[in-house]
This record gives sequence, C-alpha cells and structure tokens, in this order.
Amino acid sequence: MAYEEPVTDYDKIVENCTCAFCGSNCDDLDYLVKDNHVVGVRHACRLGASKIMEDEDQRLLVPMVRDENGELVEVDWDTALDKAAELIANSVRPLFYGWSETSIECMKRGLELTEYVGAVIDNQATICHGPTVQAVQNVGYPLMTLGEVKNRADMVVYTGSNPMNAHPRHLSRYTTFPRGWFRQRGRFDRTLVTWDPKFSDTAKMSDIWVPFEENGDYEFVDAIRAVLKGKELKKDVIAGIPKEDIVELTEAMTKVEFGALFFGLGLTHTLSKQRNIDIAIQLVQDLNAYTKWVLLPMRGHYNVNGFNIFLSYEMGFPYGVDFCRGYPRYMIGETTTIDLLNRKEPDVFMVIAADPGAHFPGGALKHLTEIPVIQIDIHWGPSTEIADIVLPGTFIGVETAGTSYRMDSVPIHMKKAIDPPETCREDEWIVNELFQRVKKIKEASK
Amino acid sequence: MESILKNGIVYDPTNNIKGEKKDVMIRDGKIVDSVSSDAQVIDVTNKLVMAAGVDVHSHIAGPKLCVGRLYRPEDERRGVKAKTATARAETGFSIPSCPATGYRYSKMGYGTVAEAAVPPLEAKHTHEEIMAIPNIDISPLALFGNNWFVLQFVKEGDLEGLAAFVSAWLKISKCYGMKVVNPCGSEAWGWGMNVHGIDDPAPYWDVTGRQVMVALTKVNEMLGLPHSMHIHTNDLGHPGNYKTTLETMKAVEDLKKNPSVSRNQIMHCTHLQFHAYGGTTWRDAKSGAKPLADYINKHDHITCDVGQVTLDETTTMTADAPMEYDLYKLSGLKWANKDIELETASGLIPCIYSGKAPVSSLQWAIGLELFLMIDDPWKVVLTTDSPNAGPFIRYPRIISWLMSSDRRTEMIENKEVHKWVSKRTDLPTLDRVYDWNDIATVTRSAPAKILGFEERGHLGVGANADVAVYDIEPENFDPTKAANAAVVEDVLGRALYTIKDGQILVKDGEIAKVVPSRHLWTNIQGFEQQEKKVLEDIMPMFNKYYTIKFENYKVHDHYIEPSIEYKVKASK
Repeated sequence: MAYEEPVTDYDKIVENCTCAFCGSNCDDLDYLVKDNHVVGVRHACRLGASKIMEDEDQRLLVPMVRDENGELVEVDWDTALDKAAELIANSVRPLFYGWSETSIECMKRGLELTEYVGAVIDNQATICHGPTVQAVQNVGYPLMTLGEVKNRADMVVYTGSNPMNAHPRHLSRYTTFPRGWFRQRGRFDRTLVTWDPKFSDTAKMSDIWVPFEENGDYEFVDAIRAVLKGKELKKDVIAGIPKEDIVELTEAMTKVEFGALFFGLGLTHTLSKQRNIDIAIQLVQDLNAYTKWVLLPMRGHYNVNGFNIFLSYEMGFPYGVDFCRGYPRYMIGETTTIDLLNRKEPDVFMVIAADPGAHFPGGALKHLTEIPVIQIDIHWGPSTEIADIVLPGTFIGVETAGTSYRMDSVPIHMKKAIDPPETCREDEWIVNELFQRVKKIKEASK
Repeated sequence: MESILKNGIVYDPTNNIKGEKKDVMIRDGKIVDSVSSDAQVIDVTNKLVMAAGVDVHSHIAGPKLCVGRLYRPEDERRGVKAKTATARAETGFSIPSCPATGYRYSKMGYGTVAEAAVPPLEAKHTHEEIMAIPNIDISPLALFGNNWFVLQFVKEGDLEGLAAFVSAWLKISKCYGMKVVNPCGSEAWGWGMNVHGIDDPAPYWDVTGRQVMVALTKVNEMLGLPHSMHIHTNDLGHPGNYKTTLETMKAVEDLKKNPSVSRNQIMHCTHLQFHAYGGTTWRDAKSGAKPLADYINKHDHITCDVGQVTLDETTTMTADAPMEYDLYKLSGLKWANKDIELETASGLIPCIYSGKAPVSSLQWAIGLELFLMIDDPWKVVLTTDSPNAGPFIRYPRIISWLMSSDRRTEMIENKEVHKWVSKRTDLPTLDRVYDWNDIATVTRSAPAKILGFEERGHLGVGANADVAVYDIEPENFDPTKAANAAVVEDVLGRALYTIKDGQILVKDGEIAKVVPSRHLWTNIQGFEQQEKKVLEDIMPMFNKYYTIKFENYKVHDHYIEPSIEYKVKASK
C-alpha cells in the first residue's frame, strides 16, 4: 500500500459520525468535508472509509424505468413513483426485501406499506444469520454489549468469522486490543483464539489457532461440551484436532475470568446450519457453571440487526413476516424470501438497501427476472440490472440522519454530515411516497 | 371539547368518593366541575366509573423485551389478532408486540404505565418502543444500582457528585425516576457471581448493596424526584430472602423525606412477592409474607407492589441476571442474557407457573397474602411485574381473586392450586375481601400517588380526563360470590369506555381510537453547575471504557415525541 498524504484541504470536520458499513457501527469517525463532499475520513477502517468517500462511484442519481426495449431510461420522480405504486397496488403477492442498510425510520414507513397491502417483509437475515435466529429460538441467547468484552474479557474466541477482513476495527475497538477497566494492558491481558479451518488473518494474529476440519465445527464443539461434562473422549482425533488439545483448551476456557465467543457465517452456513449455533450457545450456557461466558453473532450490515429488532418490537417476529391474511405470520421455509421466490409466488418484488442480484441463488434470481422489480438504492449493482424501476435513495449516516442498531443491539443515532445530491430522495421519503400513492390507487378502486 | 359521563357509580379514593352516583365532566382533556349544555353526553347510568388505571411497575419496552420476542416465537404466536379498521395487528401473550401492549392496557381501562427498567446506554431503544406503543403514557425508570459511576461515587462517599450524576443521567436517558435492581449483584454477575444479602460487597468495587441503596435514596430525596427510590432488593427468588427484604426496608427507615414531594414513601419495594420467602431451600420453603406485612403496617416510609403470580406460562426477564441463571439451572429452559457495559446486566427465561406445582402455588399464595395482610391498600399496589409473574392482561383475574374469599377457597378446595398453599401459608385463614374502593385504590389512586403524579389516578377537578367505565353495576352485583369471579374478570378486561385526555379510545371493549403515548420524564432544575462539573470529571472514564461516544449516547429529543416534561426544582 502506497503512502498517502494526509488530507489537509477541507472546509470543516464533522465529528463522531457513525460508519454505515458493517455491524460494528463505529461511531467515532470524523468526516473531512469540502464543497459538500467527504474528502477524508479519520478513524475508519479501509472498508468504511472507502464506502464513505467513494460514495459517488456508480451512484444512482436519477429515477429510471425500463422501457419496452429493455433499457433503463431516466424519468422524473412522479413518473417513477406512480409506476411503482401502480405495480404494488395491483399485485397480489408483493415481497419487500432488504432494509438492512437503511434507517429504522425508513423501516417504519416500509412496515406501514407492508401492512396496508398485505405484503411479505424480509431482510438479509433470511440468507445470513437466519440460522442463528433459529438457534436462539431453540436454546437461548446469552449475549452482552461489546463494552463488556472490552472491560472484562481475558479470552476472546472467534469462529466462522474473520473480523480482520470483514469487521476490521472489531478487535482494536471492542474486543482484543483496547485497554479495558479490568484489562489495563489491553492485548497483553487477553488470550485471542480462532477456531477456523482457514489460517485467516484473524487466525494469524491469534494466540491459539484451532484448525478443525471443514464441517467439523459441530463435532468439535460437541467434544468440548463432552469434556466439560466429565466424559472421556473415545477418539484420538476429533474433527482433525487431537483430543489432548481439546481437553487442554476446555480447561483453559473454564479457567478464564470472562470469555466471549464471536461467530459468523462460517458457523451458520456449514453442514449442520443452525445446529452449529445451537451447540455453540449451549457451550456458553454450560461454561457459565464454571465462569462467566457470553457470545455474539458477528452481524454484517450496519442495520441488519436493527431490522430484526424493529420487526420484533413492532410485530413480534424478527424477519420473513407475511401479512397477506391481515395478521403477521412467520415460518422459516414458508414466509421467507428465497422460499417464496423458488415457489414463484411473488408477483412484485421491491428491494431496498440490499443487492439480491449479487447474492441470491439462481432459481430465486430467475423468478426475479420474470416479475417486476423495484429497486431503492444508492449504487448501481447487479440488482439494478434486473430492476424495472430504479429509485435513487440517499446515504444514511452521511447524507441523511437515522437510527441503527449495532451488532450488540446498542442503538445509535447516525448523523447527517453533507447534503444529498439534489436529484436523490431520502429512503424514508421514497417509501412513504409509495405508501401514499398506493393508498390513493387502492381507495379510488374501492 | 366537552363531555359529561352521566349517572355513573364513581369510585375515586383520592377524593374520598366511594360509590356515589355522580356525573364526571370533561373539558379540553381535563376534569372540570361544570360543562356547558353543548357537552357530549355519555350515559353510563349505574355503571362502574373510575379514573384510568396506573401501573407502577411493568416491563413493556426496551432491549430485554426485544430479546424475549426474538427468542420466543412460540409466545408471539399466542395472541395473534388481525388488524382492524382502527388497530394494527397484535401478536404475543407474555411479551406482546408494541401495538398490542398499548391496545391491551387501554382495553383494561389503563392510561399510564411505568416501564420499570431502562439501561441508559440503550434508552433510545426503550423510547423507540414507546413510540410504537399507542394509547398509554409511559414513565421509564433508569437503572442505577450497578452503574460503575454510582459505585465509584458511593465508594468515595461523594453524595453531591452522585446527585449531580443522577440528575444529568435522567436528562440524558429521558427517564422519569430511579430504579435499583439487586444492587451490586448484577455487577457481580459480570464475573458470573452474585451478592448474598445487602452487606456482601461487589467484587473489586468493595461497595455493598446497603451502601448503594442508602446513598441513592438520600440522593433521590436531595433532588426531590416525584417518585421515590424504586427497588428490587437483593436475593430475589431465594428461600429465606424475606430477611434481606426486611433489612433493606430498615436500612432507609431513618432517612428524611423531601418535604416538597407529594408521595408518602421514601422507598418503593417492587414485586414484593418474589422477596417474601421463608425457609432455607425450595424443599422447606414457606411464606415470609407475615413479617413483611407487619413491618409495612407499622411504617409509613415503605410502599410495595405485589408481582402476583397468575399461574400462566410466561417469560421472566429482569436486570437481576444471576437469578435468571439460577432459574436456568433449575428449569433447563432456554436461557438468554443481556449484559450492558458499565451499567447493568439482565437475563431472561421462560417460566411455567402451574397450579399443580408446589413452588408456583406457594408464590401465588404469598402474593395474595401480601394483598390481604397489608392493612392499608394505599401501601400495596397491584402488579404482576409483567411479564415476570404473569402478563398484565391478568389484572382482572387477580381482582376477581381479591374480591372473593369464596373463590380463593374454591381454588384451594378444588385443588386448582397445590396443597402447599394450605400447609405453608396462611392464605386459607384470610377471609378479607377487597371492595371496589380498595380495587380503585390499588390500581389507580395508590400507584399514581406512589409515582408522584398529581394529575393522574383520580377524578378531582384539574386532573387529566383519564377515565375508565366498566359494564358492571356495583350496586346490583356481588363480586364476593365465587361464581361471579369470571364475570369480574371478563368485564374488567374490556372496558365499556376508556377515556384518555378526554378522548374515547376504547368503546365496548374495542379500540375506537389510537393516539401516540407520551414519554414522561423528569428534568431537574437548578443543578446545572454541579452537573457540568460532574460530567467533566467523569468524561475521561466515559470515553475510555464505553464503546460509544458521549455525543451519541444521549437520547435525542426526536425520540421522545410527544412527551411530558416534569420540571423539578432540586432542593436539599
């Protein structure tokens, strides 16, 4: 990486902004602003800074509608919104997906629209930490805020995640490096452990790396629990790990003062799916008989957890909620996005602040190419290619203020630092506008 | 806007009205003594009329509620109801969704509820949920008993600093008053431990629960907060814990009440039932209600609410996190935990209170004993510590138990409850029954007085026009009959009218109108200099050990729309 000169040419600094990248929601960023552009970001990791600063790259700036030749053509806001509202108002099985990179305030409007038309509302948890939520529903959820780890933890375990690449400030800001009240020497007072088949960047800097074999996670954790319960391990090598090492690790885990286990999609999406998380949670519950342990899923988008929280307090269920019968229904495999698309049920799909074009499986995407797709986003992406109507939103935490929930459920009010492009509209405004127009159409046809 | 409720049978203990036939007159959202001839007339001839209910302690909004909803879809699937023309869809039984919470309280004739536990770090979450709850005004209580700054101030004996801290933090979290839960115990849970009794210090801090609650009670009176110290004492749920509870009550016996407040007590002990056990283990556990009731009968500085067990499957949730882990070890059900940095801990676990189970039945009986043994209904208030001992929608059922000794006897004789009720409590010997005046006291007047609300919980001139009318004729109905218990429960569960600020929100048991709930919070005046200094003093510690910037910590004004600010002049 070449040395970059520090930015000195700026008009003002906006302090304590919140990063709208990953679930760490670092809220200590300083934006250097010149001519209504963020020209520099202090304290952010490279992922966050690049998202904030190079925001204009491939920016969606004007509403577009796909014409009969299949080309997206620029239109005015009224045309685009009316067309989108008409599609939603005339659909029988609309599906509104995404929401994890927008504000709670926008979700509120989205839920109003969902309830009004009897749609399905779902977020990225349906394809990321969905198994985690299922496991939580099976066995429990012993969690904490990140400051508990910073101030108390003397052992930190990461599994199925690689924060050094995906949540770059997680170790430095929250878990491993910072000096905490009871851990005044920071890194030196903690043991960092990675359980991962891959020698990831996080594993490289860990004190202990446990390279269990691929799909060996369930068996490995099961072995630890067996040792905890005083059982003798029958096999010499379990999931690729010698049994002596497992016994040694188990003893170390019972002897710490405060341990924290963090897990990512590497645990939720291997062979045993939610059962991996079940057993990880149960392990933490068991360990509490010896000493204090807690755990936390490493959430990806900065507000993916926020959507689950928001939908739970408004409607009782975390994601994949179907309002077609006038009351909320939630059933994994029934009312969740991929399943609905695979069954070719939805006849209109609205995506906001998500990129299904880049992430959905082929069968689901195929159906998306066959039905009208409305996209609300700030950047051109694979989903734009399949969208029939494109509504350019604004960047929460930079151009628009709004509430988000960090991965540990701490709510943060993300502030606005610069004005959005004149031709773009706030997400909350767009969704509310759709709601009002849909209402007008529906009431007129009564 | 004027209206007149004509010819109702009014119970208003605050104004000493015990079942008089009279009109209630409303203008511009307030109770008045006369209205013009244009007033809308609502005929409630011979029907039961009271002020709208006030709940002194309930868990309805905030982070641990959300963990509960997230991890118990089986609970959310109970109580599902489709949307109507006026109301949104409802879900949930013990942990209802926010709209359902507002509708259900409103249908029971309630108008004000205290949310009993707010960690300041996540106060924004609580206020966001309050925004999603319609039709009831909500006074959130902030948690202080295990806060590191508090522990530090107590350790240094700096009461002035502590007062300034509390004052600043109520502004920051936009809360109404102070709550203390298992002081020092929840901090000990940071290391997987607990404290035992009030003189057992928290690890490292070397400060005891007694020191914390005495200091905070003193501060509460120094500041003249409308509500008193609101305490969940140490040792919740442990056999033999009544001694700790008694010690706690005695610890603040000699403290002086601030002369400017309208309440009588200086300490409110919440969900006393969970703190009133005798014996040494669950094998020999028995009721410890008698000594506590005797103490309260003899002293005026204490009030309590009951936390009545309703014999349902519910979800327990409390900032007393070590106790929840104990329950997990007992029951093996799915355990959730939620610790908040520098502030508090919390835990959750589903709980099945069954009349067939000895312990549940014992708890059920102890709650009723407290109701019946504490002579003055102004000192004992109806709660279930919802959802801990049962969901708040069971209040009407509890009232039916209080009003009928015959129904209680029937339950014991029919074996609806376990024989431990007869063997280990005095409940079968208590034939006291509550009348409508007592019921109005424990559900309206007393909780309003205890919380320090002068404009709520009664129907005097100038009070908020929060009124509940029930479809029952007190003069032609005998609630003491066991056979009538079901009628009492049914009628009180769906108000004929719930009127809030003069508007009809519930009619014939259905939601007629939806209005936003207001956030009630206390703004202490005249302490700004001290607050500024204390903030400067603690800021290095704040910046170093919290994971959020101070600027982003506070609850911004837009999270509390609409609100009622109680300005309090700090006095010593």
